[in-house]
Amino acid sequence: MGTLEQFASMVEIKIDPADGVPIYRQIVNQIRYSVASGLLEPGDELPTIRAFALRLKVTPNTIVKAYEELESAGIVQKRHGSGTFVSGERTRLADWERRRIIEQRIDALLTEAHQLDFSVEELFRLIRRRQALMSDGRTQNKASDVSGS
Amino acid sequence: MTTLVEVDALSRRYGSTIALDNVSLKAEVGLVYGLVGANGAGKTTLIKHLLGLLRPHQGKVRVFGLDPVRDPVAVLRRVGYLSEQRDLPEWMRLEELLRYTRAYHPSWDQAYADQLLENFGLDRSKRFSDLSQGMRAQAGLVVAVAHRPDLLVLDEPSSGLDVVVRQDILDAIVRTVVEDGRTVIFSSHLLDEVQRMCDHVTVLHEGRVAVQGPVDEVRAMHRVSQVRFPKHLDSTPAIEGALSIAGDGRSWSVLHTAALESLREVVAQSGGEIVESRIATLEEILIARLRRSNRQRQAA
Repeated sequence: MGTLEQFASMVEIKIDPADGVPIYRQIVNQIRYSVASGLLEPGDELPTIRAFALRLKVTPNTIVKAYEELESAGIVQKRHGSGTFVSGERTRLADWERRRIIEQRIDALLTEAHQLDFSVEELFRLIRRRQALMSDGRTQNKASDVSGS
Repeated sequence: MTTLVEVDALSRRYGSTIALDNVSLKAEVGLVYGLVGANGAGKTTLIKHLLGLLRPHQGKVRVFGLDPVRDPVAVLRRVGYLSEQRDLPEWMRLEELLRYTRAYHPSWDQAYADQLLENFGLDRSKRFSDLSQGMRAQAGLVVAVAHRPDLLVLDEPSSGLDVVVRQDILDAIVRTVVEDGRTVIFSSHLLDEVQRMCDHVTVLHEGRVAVQGPVDEVRAMHRVSQVRFPKHLDSTPAIEGALSIAGDGRSWSVLHTAALESLREVVAQSGGEIVESRIATLEEILIARLRRSNRQRQAA
């Protein structure tokens, strides 16, 4: 059980069954993100199937499927008998992953901007303005009027 | 894979009411199967056939390769069962029920039973008449799993229970599958629970199988797409391949089984575009299918 506590202190995996993404994929995405962002480091151990399934209240086969996908993507490695660990090749993976993650966010932003009738030029302008405000530390309470859709 | 349960073209009537109509289900070892549907859809009737409590009017039921009506002892010895009613004898004490159940299960694991009783904080000297709903469910759960059944069958186990006891039940499902590599079949109206806990789902509607398959595949077959039209529409647009359409004016939310590309083409013909699309949740799928069949009935 030690592993799960350690893992949970580093990464909090959240499942939203109402999300339009299969549950195993939600787990895969969040672990990928944690590896790409450095929250999880090479050699860190992932929880056992049992402990993870009990914690997330999902069918154990969902964890099996998530681990298989992470393994075939080279993000984790199974060491026989001992468990599942984050793989060593972080840098190469991270560049690729970082880009994928930010591209997903950009796609979502572009879709929303399109729905709200913002042009791409307006979007650039807004991004720069937000960035300027953020570096002044003034964005905290203004953020709601943009994201509160 | 080993097939544990095989229901083949099962039909059953109660008088003139059709309770089950040509239902088939195969359950393999090591997976969790969910049965969902409105009240009266046939979930409990199906489960009663698995336990040999009802004889098929048509079709075939096999559990561990045996006919549960002809071989109830051999089947029930390897099955754990918890029903919504949690029908426990009021006058009995918990310890008496445990002794009684243990006597007819050679595989009874007393250490596991003790551990569960302790986790649940159950007092075994209490009579069932003195236990709360939640405690009865927990006691029922101990009795259902302590002989480490090959097949755990739960009929609406979470019905009317608080969050803590519901979690206990989900934990028991996970443990059954992980530790013993065993099979679980459970019916529930809590679709969130089914979506999390099940590998495979059967949606029953008025005694028939409406949708069936691995949860991820069933969800992927149904999409919810947001469609926007250039002009305000006064009535619901007709969209081919849609199971349900909701919204007003220019924006409509469409649940469809058609592929995204073909929906895009259909919508484009009336000048609309898809602005967003994602896979549907089980809840959305069930509601869309129920609404549609109600509409069809009204139209008939």
